[in-house]
Amino acid sequence: MSMTMTQKILAAHAGLDKVEAGQLILVSVDRVLGNDITSPVAIREFERIGAKEVYDKEKVTMVMDHFAPNKDIKAATQCKMCRDFCEKHEVTNFFDVGRMGIEHALLPEKGLVVAGDVVIGADSHTCTYGALGAFSTGVGSTDMACGMATGKAWFKVPSAIKFVLKGKLSKFVSGKDLILHIIGKIGVDGALYKSMEFVGEGVASLTVYDRLTVANMAIEAGAKNGIFEVDEQTEAYIKARTDRPFVSYKADEDAVYDETYEIDLSAITPTVAFPHLPENTRTFDEIGEVPIDQVVIGSCTNGHYKDLAEAAEIFKGRKIAKRVRAIVIPATQDIYLQAVENGLVKIFIEAGCVVSTPTCGPCLGGYMGILAKGERAVATTNRNFVGRMGHVESEVYLASPAVAAASAIAGKIASPWEVVK
Amino acid sequence: MKFTGKAIKYGDNVDTDVIIPARYLNTIDKKELASHCMEDIDKTFKDKVEAGDIMVAGNNFGCGSSREHAPIAIKESGISLVIARNFARIFYRNAINIGLAIVECDEAVDGISEGDKVEADLDNGVIYNRTTGKRFQTQPFPPFIQKIIANGGLVESIKNGEIV
Repeated sequence: MSMTMTQKILAAHAGLDKVEAGQLILVSVDRVLGNDITSPVAIREFERIGAKEVYDKEKVTMVMDHFAPNKDIKAATQCKMCRDFCEKHEVTNFFDVGRMGIEHALLPEKGLVVAGDVVIGADSHTCTYGALGAFSTGVGSTDMACGMATGKAWFKVPSAIKFVLKGKLSKFVSGKDLILHIIGKIGVDGALYKSMEFVGEGVASLTVYDRLTVANMAIEAGAKNGIFEVDEQTEAYIKARTDRPFVSYKADEDAVYDETYEIDLSAITPTVAFPHLPENTRTFDEIGEVPIDQVVIGSCTNGHYKDLAEAAEIFKGRKIAKRVRAIVIPATQDIYLQAVENGLVKIFIEAGCVVSTPTCGPCLGGYMGILAKGERAVATTNRNFVGRMGHVESEVYLASPAVAAASAIAGKIASPWEVVK
Repeated sequence: MKFTGKAIKYGDNVDTDVIIPARYLNTIDKKELASHCMEDIDKTFKDKVEAGDIMVAGNNFGCGSSREHAPIAIKESGISLVIARNFARIFYRNAINIGLAIVECDEAVDGISEGDKVEADLDNGVIYNRTTGKRFQTQPFPPFIQKIIANGGLVESIKNGEIV
Protein backbone atom coordinates (compact mmCIF):
# COMPACT_ATOMS: atom_id res chain seq x y z
CA MET A 1 0.00 0.00 0.00
CA SER A 2 1.22 3.49 -0.81
CA MET A 3 1.98 6.10 1.87
CA THR A 4 1.68 9.85 2.45
CA MET A 5 4.71 11.98 3.44
CA THR A 6 3.70 11.76 7.08
CA GLN A 7 3.17 8.01 6.98
CA LYS A 8 6.64 7.49 5.45
CA ILE A 9 8.33 9.44 8.24
CA LEU A 10 6.35 7.58 10.90
CA ALA A 11 7.11 4.18 9.33
CA ALA A 12 10.84 4.96 9.23
CA HIS A 13 10.79 5.93 12.91
CA ALA A 14 8.78 2.87 13.91
CA GLY A 15 11.20 0.54 12.14
CA LEU A 16 8.44 -0.59 9.75
CA ASP A 17 8.39 -0.85 5.96
CA LYS A 18 4.77 0.19 5.79
CA VAL A 19 2.14 1.75 8.00
CA GLU A 20 -1.48 2.52 7.29
CA ALA A 21 -4.01 4.98 8.64
CA GLY A 22 -5.49 3.90 11.96
CA GLN A 23 -2.54 1.67 12.94
CA LEU A 24 -1.18 2.23 16.47
CA ILE A 25 2.61 2.41 16.48
CA LEU A 26 5.48 3.24 18.80
CA VAL A 27 8.03 5.62 17.23
CA SER A 28 11.50 6.88 18.15
CA VAL A 29 11.59 10.64 18.47
CA ASP A 30 14.41 12.96 17.35
CA ARG A 31 13.48 15.75 19.73
CA VAL A 32 11.31 16.18 22.83
CA LEU A 33 10.32 19.77 23.54
CA GLY A 34 8.69 21.55 26.44
CA ASN A 35 8.18 25.09 27.69
CA ASP A 36 7.93 26.76 31.09
CA ILE A 37 4.21 25.88 31.43
CA THR A 38 4.14 22.29 30.22
CA SER A 39 7.58 21.12 31.39
CA PRO A 40 6.87 21.41 35.14
CA VAL A 41 4.00 18.89 34.82
CA ALA A 42 6.28 16.70 32.68
CA ILE A 43 9.07 16.87 35.25
CA ARG A 44 6.62 15.73 37.96
CA GLU A 45 5.59 12.76 35.77
CA PHE A 46 9.22 12.02 34.77
CA GLU A 47 10.06 11.69 38.44
CA ARG A 48 7.04 9.44 38.97
CA ILE A 49 8.33 7.12 36.23
CA GLY A 50 11.47 6.79 38.32
CA ALA A 51 13.82 7.38 35.36
CA LYS A 52 17.37 8.15 36.46
CA GLU A 53 18.33 10.13 33.39
CA VAL A 54 16.92 11.63 30.19
CA TYR A 55 17.21 9.44 27.10
CA ASP A 56 19.38 11.97 25.27
CA LYS A 57 20.89 15.15 26.74
CA GLU A 58 20.95 16.91 23.36
CA LYS A 59 17.51 15.87 22.14
CA VAL A 60 15.57 16.93 25.22
CA THR A 61 14.86 20.63 24.72
CA MET A 62 13.28 23.21 27.02
CA VAL A 63 12.48 26.81 26.18
CA MET A 64 11.38 29.36 28.77
CA ASP A 65 9.04 31.47 26.66
CA HIS A 66 5.42 31.50 27.82
CA PHE A 67 5.57 33.45 31.07
CA ALA A 68 9.25 34.41 30.74
CA PRO A 69 10.85 36.76 31.57
CA ASN A 70 9.05 35.64 34.72
CA LYS A 71 5.69 37.37 35.01
CA ASP A 72 5.18 36.62 38.70
CA ILE A 73 6.51 34.55 41.57
CA LYS A 74 4.67 31.40 40.54
CA ALA A 75 6.00 31.69 36.97
CA ALA A 76 9.49 32.25 38.40
CA THR A 77 9.11 29.07 40.44
CA GLN A 78 8.08 27.08 37.37
CA CYS A 79 11.06 28.37 35.33
CA LYS A 80 13.37 27.54 38.25
CA MET A 81 11.97 23.99 38.32
CA CYS A 82 12.86 23.62 34.61
CA ARG A 83 16.29 25.21 35.06
CA ASP A 84 17.14 22.94 38.00
CA PHE A 85 15.98 19.85 36.09
CA CYS A 86 18.08 20.75 33.03
CA GLU A 87 21.13 21.41 35.18
CA LYS A 88 20.72 18.11 37.02
CA HIS A 89 20.24 16.12 33.82
CA GLU A 90 22.84 18.11 31.83
CA VAL A 91 20.28 19.04 29.17
CA THR A 92 22.28 21.01 26.59
CA ASN A 93 19.36 22.61 24.76
CA PHE A 94 17.92 24.60 27.63
CA PHE A 95 17.02 28.11 26.50
CA ASP A 96 16.58 30.68 29.24
CA VAL A 97 15.99 34.43 29.14
CA GLY A 98 18.68 36.06 26.99
CA ARG A 99 19.18 32.96 24.85
CA MET A 100 15.58 31.99 24.40
CA GLY A 101 13.00 32.92 21.82
CA ILE A 102 9.50 31.70 21.17
CA GLU A 103 10.11 27.96 20.89
CA HIS A 104 8.74 27.32 17.40
CA ALA A 105 10.71 30.19 15.90
CA LEU A 106 13.81 29.30 17.92
CA LEU A 107 14.19 25.60 17.09
CA PRO A 108 14.23 26.03 13.28
CA GLU A 109 16.53 29.07 13.63
CA LYS A 110 19.03 27.08 15.74
CA GLY A 111 19.00 24.18 13.29
CA LEU A 112 17.48 21.84 15.86
CA VAL A 113 14.91 20.39 13.46
CA VAL A 114 15.60 18.97 9.99
CA ALA A 115 13.52 17.31 7.28
CA GLY A 116 12.52 13.75 8.08
CA ASP A 117 12.68 14.24 11.87
CA VAL A 118 9.99 13.19 14.31
CA VAL A 119 9.53 15.90 16.93
CA ILE A 120 7.09 15.85 19.83
CA GLY A 121 6.53 18.94 21.89
CA ALA A 122 4.35 19.71 24.87
CA ASP A 123 2.92 22.68 23.03
CA SER A 124 0.18 22.46 20.44
CA HIS A 125 2.05 24.60 17.90
CA THR A 126 4.87 22.06 17.67
CA CYS A 127 3.29 21.24 14.29
CA THR A 128 5.24 24.27 12.93
CA TYR A 129 8.27 22.18 11.88
CA GLY A 130 6.28 20.48 9.15
CA ALA A 131 7.33 23.54 7.15
CA LEU A 132 10.80 21.93 7.00
CA GLY A 133 9.49 18.50 6.00
CA ALA A 134 9.54 17.05 9.52
CA PHE A 135 6.72 15.20 11.28
CA SER A 136 6.12 17.28 14.37
CA THR A 137 3.13 17.38 16.62
CA GLY A 138 1.88 18.72 19.90
CA VAL A 139 1.47 16.32 22.80
CA GLY A 140 0.82 16.66 26.52
CA SER A 141 3.16 16.76 29.47
CA THR A 142 2.86 13.03 30.19
CA ASP A 143 3.90 12.26 26.62
CA MET A 144 6.79 14.67 27.09
CA ALA A 145 7.80 12.94 30.33
CA CYS A 146 7.69 9.50 28.74
CA GLY A 147 9.52 10.87 25.69
CA MET A 148 12.27 12.30 27.94
CA ALA A 149 12.59 8.95 29.72
CA THR A 150 12.37 6.57 26.77
CA GLY A 151 12.80 8.51 23.51
CA LYS A 152 9.55 7.02 22.31
CA ALA A 153 5.94 8.08 21.72
CA TRP A 154 2.77 6.24 20.68
CA PHE A 155 0.79 7.37 17.67
CA LYS A 156 -2.24 6.41 15.69
CA VAL A 157 -1.13 6.72 12.06
CA PRO A 158 -3.15 9.58 10.54
CA SER A 159 -4.91 9.74 7.20
CA ALA A 160 -4.39 12.99 5.32
CA ILE A 161 -5.85 15.88 3.38
CA LYS A 162 -3.85 17.12 0.39
CA PHE A 163 -3.58 20.80 -0.49
CA VAL A 164 -2.26 21.38 -4.00
CA LEU A 165 -1.00 24.95 -4.23
CA LYS A 166 -0.64 26.81 -7.48
CA GLY A 167 0.16 30.39 -8.46
CA LYS A 168 1.73 33.03 -6.26
CA LEU A 169 0.55 35.24 -3.39
CA SER A 170 -0.16 38.90 -4.18
CA LYS A 171 1.45 41.93 -2.55
CA PHE A 172 0.48 42.28 1.16
CA VAL A 173 -0.83 38.70 1.21
CA SER A 174 1.16 36.17 3.22
CA GLY A 175 1.18 32.64 4.61
CA LYS A 176 -1.12 33.87 7.40
CA ASP A 177 -3.85 34.81 4.93
CA LEU A 178 -3.42 31.45 3.22
CA ILE A 179 -3.83 29.40 6.41
CA LEU A 180 -6.74 31.54 7.65
CA HIS A 181 -8.37 31.05 4.24
CA ILE A 182 -7.92 27.28 4.55
CA ILE A 183 -9.26 27.13 8.14
CA GLY A 184 -12.21 29.27 7.07
CA LYS A 185 -12.89 26.73 4.34
CA ILE A 186 -12.51 23.45 6.27
CA GLY A 187 -13.33 24.57 9.83
CA VAL A 188 -11.59 24.21 13.20
CA ASP A 189 -12.23 20.46 13.13
CA GLY A 190 -11.84 20.11 9.36
CA ALA A 191 -8.62 18.11 9.67
CA LEU A 192 -9.31 16.46 13.03
CA TYR A 193 -6.78 13.65 13.75
CA LYS A 194 -5.40 14.06 10.18
CA SER A 195 -2.30 15.33 8.40
CA MET A 196 -2.44 18.38 6.16
CA GLU A 197 0.05 17.87 3.33
CA PHE A 198 1.03 20.83 1.15
CA VAL A 199 2.35 20.17 -2.33
CA GLY A 200 2.27 21.65 -5.84
CA GLU A 201 4.13 24.23 -7.88
CA GLY A 202 2.82 27.05 -5.68
CA VAL A 203 4.91 25.85 -2.73
CA ALA A 204 8.06 27.24 -4.35
CA SER A 205 6.61 30.76 -4.28
CA LEU A 206 6.16 30.62 -0.49
CA THR A 207 9.15 31.57 1.65
CA VAL A 208 10.18 29.14 4.40
CA TYR A 209 8.72 31.69 6.85
CA ASP A 210 5.33 31.67 5.12
CA ARG A 211 5.41 27.87 5.29
CA LEU A 212 6.28 28.00 9.02
CA THR A 213 3.19 30.17 9.57
CA VAL A 214 0.96 27.81 7.59
CA ALA A 215 2.21 24.64 9.31
CA ASN A 216 2.04 26.42 12.70
CA MET A 217 -1.72 26.83 12.40
CA ALA A 218 -2.50 23.30 11.15
CA ILE A 219 -3.57 22.60 14.75
CA GLU A 220 -6.24 25.30 14.41
CA ALA A 221 -7.94 23.05 11.86
CA GLY A 222 -7.62 20.19 14.35
CA ALA A 223 -4.79 18.54 12.39
CA LYS A 224 -2.21 16.23 13.88
CA ASN A 225 0.44 17.81 11.68
CA GLY A 226 0.95 20.02 8.67
CA ILE A 227 3.79 19.22 6.31
CA PHE A 228 5.37 20.70 3.19
CA GLU A 229 7.29 18.89 0.51
CA VAL A 230 10.99 19.74 0.78
CA ASP A 231 12.47 21.90 -1.99
CA GLU A 232 15.64 23.90 -2.66
CA GLN A 233 14.53 26.67 -0.30
CA THR A 234 14.02 24.21 2.54
CA GLU A 235 17.40 22.61 1.89
CA ALA A 236 19.17 25.97 1.82
CA TYR A 237 17.45 26.99 5.08
CA ILE A 238 18.47 23.79 6.87
CA LYS A 239 22.05 23.67 5.51
CA ALA A 240 22.67 27.26 6.64
CA ARG A 241 21.93 26.19 10.22
CA THR A 242 23.17 22.65 10.79
CA ASP A 243 25.41 19.94 9.32
CA ARG A 244 23.03 17.23 10.47
CA PRO A 245 22.00 15.01 7.54
CA PHE A 246 18.32 15.06 6.64
CA VAL A 247 15.89 12.95 4.65
CA SER A 248 13.30 14.41 2.28
CA TYR A 249 10.16 12.32 1.90
CA LYS A 250 7.67 12.60 -0.94
CA ALA A 251 4.26 10.95 -0.86
CA ASP A 252 3.81 7.99 -3.19
CA GLU A 253 2.18 8.92 -6.50
CA ASP A 254 -0.83 6.80 -5.62
CA ALA A 255 -1.00 7.71 -1.92
CA VAL A 256 -4.60 7.84 -0.70
CA TYR A 257 -5.95 11.15 0.62
CA ASP A 258 -9.31 11.65 2.34
CA GLU A 259 -9.75 14.88 0.42
CA THR A 260 -7.80 17.04 -2.02
CA TYR A 261 -8.10 20.82 -2.30
CA GLU A 262 -6.61 22.91 -5.08
CA ILE A 263 -5.73 26.37 -3.95
CA ASP A 264 -4.86 29.24 -6.27
CA LEU A 265 -2.55 31.44 -4.21
CA SER A 266 -3.13 34.43 -6.48
CA ALA A 267 -6.83 34.40 -5.52
CA ILE A 268 -6.17 34.77 -1.77
CA THR A 269 -6.79 38.25 -0.34
CA PRO A 270 -6.06 39.65 3.14
CA THR A 271 -8.14 37.59 5.58
CA VAL A 272 -9.18 38.19 9.20
CA ALA A 273 -10.59 35.62 11.66
CA PHE A 274 -13.32 37.18 13.80
CA PRO A 275 -14.04 36.12 17.39
CA HIS A 276 -14.20 33.51 18.80
CA LEU A 277 -12.91 30.83 16.44
CA PRO A 278 -10.13 30.83 13.81
CA GLU A 279 -12.68 29.52 11.29
CA ASN A 280 -14.76 32.73 11.44
CA THR A 281 -12.83 34.25 8.57
CA ARG A 282 -13.78 37.28 6.54
CA THR A 283 -12.18 39.12 3.65
CA PHE A 284 -12.26 42.89 3.45
CA ASP A 285 -15.44 43.04 1.40
CA GLU A 286 -17.24 41.59 4.46
CA ILE A 287 -15.57 43.46 7.32
CA GLY A 288 -16.93 46.99 7.64
CA GLU A 289 -16.02 49.35 10.51
CA VAL A 290 -14.45 47.56 13.47
CA PRO A 291 -12.66 50.01 15.81
CA ILE A 292 -9.80 48.47 17.82
CA ASP A 293 -7.87 49.15 21.03
CA GLN A 294 -4.73 47.07 20.60
CA VAL A 295 -2.49 45.43 18.03
CA VAL A 296 -0.06 42.59 18.74
CA ILE A 297 2.56 41.67 16.15
CA GLY A 298 4.57 38.61 17.15
CA SER A 299 4.06 35.02 18.41
CA CYS A 300 5.23 31.64 17.13
CA THR A 301 2.94 32.21 14.16
CA ASN A 302 4.15 35.61 12.98
CA GLY A 303 7.18 36.80 14.96
CA HIS A 304 9.77 36.10 12.27
CA TYR A 305 11.99 38.78 10.74
CA LYS A 306 9.95 38.62 7.53
CA ASP A 307 6.80 39.38 9.54
CA LEU A 308 8.38 42.36 11.28
CA ALA A 309 9.71 43.66 7.95
CA GLU A 310 6.23 43.46 6.41
CA ALA A 311 4.81 45.41 9.34
CA ALA A 312 7.66 47.94 9.20
CA GLU A 313 7.00 48.63 5.53
CA ILE A 314 3.56 49.87 6.55
CA PHE A 315 4.60 51.63 9.77
CA LYS A 316 7.46 53.52 8.10
CA GLY A 317 6.84 57.25 8.19
CA ARG A 318 3.38 56.82 9.72
CA LYS A 319 1.93 57.07 13.25
CA ILE A 320 -0.44 54.65 14.88
CA ALA A 321 -3.93 55.88 15.80
CA LYS A 322 -4.17 57.73 19.10
CA ARG A 323 -6.45 55.24 20.82
CA VAL A 324 -4.44 52.16 19.80
CA ARG A 325 -1.65 50.40 21.73
CA ALA A 326 0.66 48.50 19.38
CA ILE A 327 2.97 45.82 20.79
CA VAL A 328 5.69 44.32 18.59
CA ILE A 329 7.38 41.14 19.83
CA PRO A 330 10.32 39.74 17.83
CA ALA A 331 10.16 35.96 18.26
CA THR A 332 13.85 35.39 19.03
CA GLN A 333 16.93 37.30 20.17
CA ASP A 334 18.50 36.97 16.69
CA ILE A 335 15.39 38.41 15.06
CA TYR A 336 15.37 41.22 17.64
CA LEU A 337 19.02 42.02 16.92
CA GLN A 338 18.43 42.00 13.17
CA ALA A 339 15.44 44.29 13.68
CA VAL A 340 17.65 46.69 15.66
CA GLU A 341 20.51 46.60 13.16
CA ASN A 342 18.29 47.10 10.13
CA GLY A 343 16.38 50.01 11.63
CA LEU A 344 13.06 48.22 12.10
CA VAL A 345 12.92 48.93 15.81
CA LYS A 346 13.43 52.64 15.10
CA ILE A 347 10.50 52.55 12.64
CA PHE A 348 8.29 50.80 15.21
CA ILE A 349 9.13 53.21 18.01
CA GLU A 350 8.75 56.29 15.82
CA ALA A 351 5.34 55.00 14.76
CA GLY A 352 4.31 54.74 18.42
CA CYS A 353 4.69 50.99 18.99
CA VAL A 354 6.40 49.33 21.95
CA VAL A 355 8.95 46.61 21.22
CA SER A 356 9.16 43.74 23.69
CA THR A 357 11.70 41.07 24.46
CA PRO A 358 10.71 37.67 22.97
CA THR A 359 7.82 36.05 24.86
CA CYS A 360 4.52 34.28 24.14
CA GLY A 361 3.05 36.73 26.69
CA PRO A 362 -0.17 38.26 25.34
CA CYS A 363 -0.97 35.53 22.79
CA LEU A 364 -2.34 33.28 25.53
CA GLY A 365 -3.40 36.04 27.89
CA GLY A 366 -0.31 35.64 30.04
CA TYR A 367 0.98 39.20 30.29
CA MET A 368 2.46 42.06 28.19
CA GLY A 369 -0.80 43.22 26.68
CA ILE A 370 -3.88 41.85 28.45
CA LEU A 371 -7.25 43.16 27.25
CA ALA A 372 -9.91 44.75 29.49
CA LYS A 373 -13.62 43.99 29.25
CA GLY A 374 -15.00 45.04 25.88
CA GLU A 375 -11.61 45.72 24.27
CA ARG A 376 -10.67 44.52 20.80
CA ALA A 377 -7.27 43.49 19.47
CA VAL A 378 -5.99 42.68 16.02
CA ALA A 379 -3.26 40.10 16.57
CA THR A 380 -0.91 38.12 14.37
CA THR A 381 -1.28 35.27 16.87
CA ASN A 382 -3.10 31.98 16.32
CA ARG A 383 -6.17 31.74 18.56
CA ASN A 384 -9.13 34.01 19.22
CA PHE A 385 -11.02 31.86 21.73
CA VAL A 386 -13.14 33.43 24.49
CA GLY A 387 -10.82 35.11 26.99
CA ARG A 388 -7.68 34.15 25.07
CA MET A 389 -5.98 37.55 25.46
CA GLY A 390 -7.64 38.69 28.67
CA HIS A 391 -11.19 39.43 29.82
CA VAL A 392 -13.88 36.96 28.72
CA GLU A 393 -15.68 39.85 27.06
CA SER A 394 -12.65 41.01 25.08
CA GLU A 395 -12.17 40.13 21.42
CA VAL A 396 -9.24 38.96 19.30
CA TYR A 397 -9.16 39.29 15.52
CA LEU A 398 -6.47 37.17 13.86
CA ALA A 399 -4.63 38.65 10.90
CA SER A 400 -1.32 38.96 9.06
CA PRO A 401 1.44 41.38 10.15
CA ALA A 402 0.55 43.69 7.24
CA VAL A 403 -3.13 43.84 8.23
CA ALA A 404 -2.20 44.28 11.91
CA ALA A 405 0.12 47.19 11.12
CA ALA A 406 -2.43 48.82 8.83
CA SER A 407 -5.09 48.41 11.53
CA ALA A 408 -2.87 50.04 14.16
CA ILE A 409 -2.52 53.08 11.90
CA ALA A 410 -6.19 53.24 10.91
CA GLY A 411 -7.48 52.59 14.47
CA LYS A 412 -9.83 49.98 13.03
CA ILE A 413 -9.44 46.74 11.15
CA ALA A 414 -7.88 47.85 7.88
CA SER A 415 -6.44 46.37 4.75
CA PRO A 416 -2.84 47.39 3.96
CA TRP A 417 -4.17 48.98 0.75
CA GLU A 418 -6.30 51.42 2.80
CA VAL A 419 -3.12 52.76 4.41
CA VAL A 420 -0.52 52.41 1.65
CA LYS A 421 -2.15 54.22 -1.22
CA MET B 1 -14.92 0.45 34.00
CA LYS B 2 -18.27 1.72 35.31
CA PHE B 3 -19.40 5.31 35.89
CA THR B 4 -22.49 6.88 37.45
CA GLY B 5 -23.28 10.57 37.84
CA LYS B 6 -25.35 13.49 36.69
CA ALA B 7 -24.70 15.04 33.31
CA ILE B 8 -23.15 18.48 32.93
CA LYS B 9 -23.58 19.54 29.33
CA TYR B 10 -21.71 21.88 26.95
CA GLY B 11 -21.71 22.60 23.20
CA ASP B 12 -19.19 22.31 20.36
CA ASN B 13 -15.52 23.40 20.32
CA VAL B 14 -15.05 23.67 24.09
CA ASP B 15 -11.41 24.83 24.02
CA THR B 16 -8.66 24.36 26.58
CA ASP B 17 -8.56 28.12 27.21
CA VAL B 18 -12.05 27.96 28.71
CA ILE B 19 -11.44 24.61 30.43
CA ILE B 20 -8.50 26.16 32.27
CA PRO B 21 -7.57 29.76 31.35
CA ALA B 22 -3.86 30.37 30.76
CA ARG B 23 -3.72 32.94 33.54
CA TYR B 24 -3.88 30.00 35.97
CA LEU B 25 -1.10 28.00 34.30
CA ASN B 26 1.50 29.38 36.65
CA THR B 27 0.85 26.41 38.91
CA ILE B 28 0.82 22.62 38.58
CA ASP B 29 -1.20 22.16 41.79
CA LYS B 30 -4.11 19.91 40.79
CA LYS B 31 -6.59 21.28 43.37
CA GLU B 32 -5.85 24.87 42.42
CA LEU B 33 -6.30 24.06 38.72
CA ALA B 34 -9.60 22.29 39.47
CA SER B 35 -10.85 25.35 41.37
CA HIS B 36 -10.78 27.33 38.08
CA CYS B 37 -12.08 24.56 35.82
CA MET B 38 -14.60 25.80 33.16
CA GLU B 39 -14.54 29.25 34.79
CA ASP B 40 -14.62 31.26 31.54
CA ILE B 41 -17.52 29.31 30.03
CA ASP B 42 -19.57 28.37 33.11
CA LYS B 43 -19.13 30.15 36.41
CA THR B 44 -21.59 27.72 38.07
CA PHE B 45 -19.52 24.62 37.24
CA LYS B 46 -17.47 24.45 40.41
CA ASP B 47 -20.57 24.70 42.59
CA LYS B 48 -22.64 22.14 40.74
CA VAL B 49 -19.99 19.48 40.03
CA GLU B 50 -20.02 16.44 42.32
CA ALA B 51 -17.66 13.47 42.41
CA GLY B 52 -18.58 11.02 39.67
CA ASP B 53 -20.40 13.51 37.40
CA ILE B 54 -20.28 12.99 33.66
CA MET B 55 -19.44 15.81 31.25
CA VAL B 56 -21.25 15.70 27.91
CA ALA B 57 -20.25 17.89 24.95
CA GLY B 58 -20.39 18.24 21.17
CA ASN B 59 -17.71 18.28 18.49
CA ASN B 60 -13.98 18.92 18.91
CA PHE B 61 -13.95 18.92 22.73
CA GLY B 62 -10.64 20.17 24.14
CA CYS B 63 -9.44 21.98 21.03
CA GLY B 64 -6.56 24.43 21.24
CA SER B 65 -3.57 24.25 23.51
CA SER B 66 -1.75 21.05 24.49
CA ARG B 67 -2.00 21.94 28.18
CA GLU B 68 -2.45 18.74 30.17
CA HIS B 69 -3.71 21.06 32.90
CA ALA B 70 -7.09 20.84 31.09
CA PRO B 71 -7.84 17.12 31.57
CA ILE B 72 -6.14 17.31 34.98
CA ALA B 73 -8.51 20.12 36.07
CA ILE B 74 -11.55 18.20 34.79
CA LYS B 75 -10.50 14.97 36.49
CA GLU B 76 -9.56 16.67 39.75
CA SER B 77 -12.88 18.54 39.85
CA GLY B 78 -14.62 15.18 40.20
CA ILE B 79 -15.72 14.46 36.62
CA SER B 80 -15.42 10.70 36.06
CA LEU B 81 -16.11 10.53 32.32
CA VAL B 82 -16.36 12.87 29.34
CA ILE B 83 -18.75 11.90 26.53
CA ALA B 84 -18.43 13.94 23.32
CA ARG B 85 -19.14 13.60 19.61
CA ASN B 86 -15.38 13.76 19.11
CA PHE B 87 -12.29 15.15 20.81
CA ALA B 88 -9.43 17.37 19.68
CA ARG B 89 -6.54 14.96 19.27
CA ILE B 90 -4.09 16.32 21.87
CA PHE B 91 -6.83 16.41 24.50
CA TYR B 92 -7.78 12.85 23.51
CA ARG B 93 -4.27 11.49 24.11
CA ASN B 94 -3.75 13.60 27.23
CA ALA B 95 -6.95 12.22 28.77
CA ILE B 96 -5.88 8.65 28.06
CA ASN B 97 -2.34 9.31 29.26
CA ILE B 98 -3.51 10.68 32.64
CA GLY B 99 -6.33 8.17 33.07
CA LEU B 100 -9.37 10.43 32.52
CA ALA B 101 -12.04 8.27 30.90
CA ILE B 102 -13.43 9.64 27.63
CA VAL B 103 -15.74 8.22 25.02
CA GLU B 104 -17.14 9.31 21.64
CA CYS B 105 -20.89 8.74 21.09
CA ASP B 106 -23.17 10.96 18.94
CA GLU B 107 -26.38 9.26 20.11
CA ALA B 108 -25.54 9.71 23.79
CA VAL B 109 -24.72 13.39 23.23
CA ASP B 110 -28.11 13.85 21.53
CA GLY B 111 -29.94 11.76 24.12
CA ILE B 112 -28.58 13.26 27.36
CA SER B 113 -29.68 16.60 28.83
CA GLU B 114 -28.15 18.72 31.57
CA GLY B 115 -28.83 17.14 34.95
CA ASP B 116 -29.82 13.67 33.67
CA LYS B 117 -28.62 10.70 35.73
CA VAL B 118 -26.26 8.73 33.53
CA GLU B 119 -24.56 5.34 33.84
CA ALA B 120 -21.77 4.10 31.60
CA ASP B 121 -20.00 0.77 31.35
CA LEU B 122 -17.04 1.16 29.02
CA ASP B 123 -16.15 -2.55 29.14
CA ASN B 124 -19.18 -3.32 27.00
CA GLY B 125 -19.57 0.20 25.56
CA VAL B 126 -23.05 0.82 27.00
CA ILE B 127 -24.23 4.26 28.12
CA TYR B 128 -27.61 4.38 29.91
CA ASN B 129 -29.66 7.50 30.62
CA ARG B 130 -31.44 6.59 33.86
CA THR B 131 -33.62 9.72 33.68
CA THR B 132 -35.10 8.92 30.26
CA GLY B 133 -34.52 5.17 30.14
CA LYS B 134 -32.60 5.44 26.84
CA ARG B 135 -29.63 3.18 26.11
CA PHE B 136 -26.72 3.96 23.75
CA GLN B 137 -23.95 1.76 22.36
CA THR B 138 -20.38 2.98 21.67
CA GLN B 139 -17.26 1.48 20.14
CA PRO B 140 -14.76 0.19 22.71
CA PHE B 141 -11.19 1.57 22.57
CA PRO B 142 -8.56 -0.42 20.65
CA PRO B 143 -6.66 -2.92 22.88
CA PHE B 144 -3.45 -0.77 22.90
CA ILE B 145 -5.34 2.15 24.46
CA GLN B 146 -7.37 -0.11 26.76
CA LYS B 147 -4.07 -1.39 28.11
CA ILE B 148 -2.88 2.16 28.94
CA ILE B 149 -6.19 2.94 30.68
CA ALA B 150 -6.18 -0.38 32.55
CA ASN B 151 -2.67 0.38 33.81
CA GLY B 152 -3.91 3.74 35.10
CA GLY B 153 -2.14 5.92 32.53
CA LEU B 154 1.01 6.09 30.40
CA VAL B 155 3.43 6.55 33.30
CA GLU B 156 2.14 3.38 34.97
CA SER B 157 2.28 1.52 31.65
CA ILE B 158 5.95 2.40 31.28
CA LYS B 159 6.66 1.49 34.91
CA ASN B 160 4.98 -1.86 34.28
CA GLY B 161 7.19 -2.34 31.22
CA GLU B 162 4.11 -2.71 29.03
CA ILE B 163 4.73 0.09 26.56
CA VAL B 164 8.43 0.52 25.90
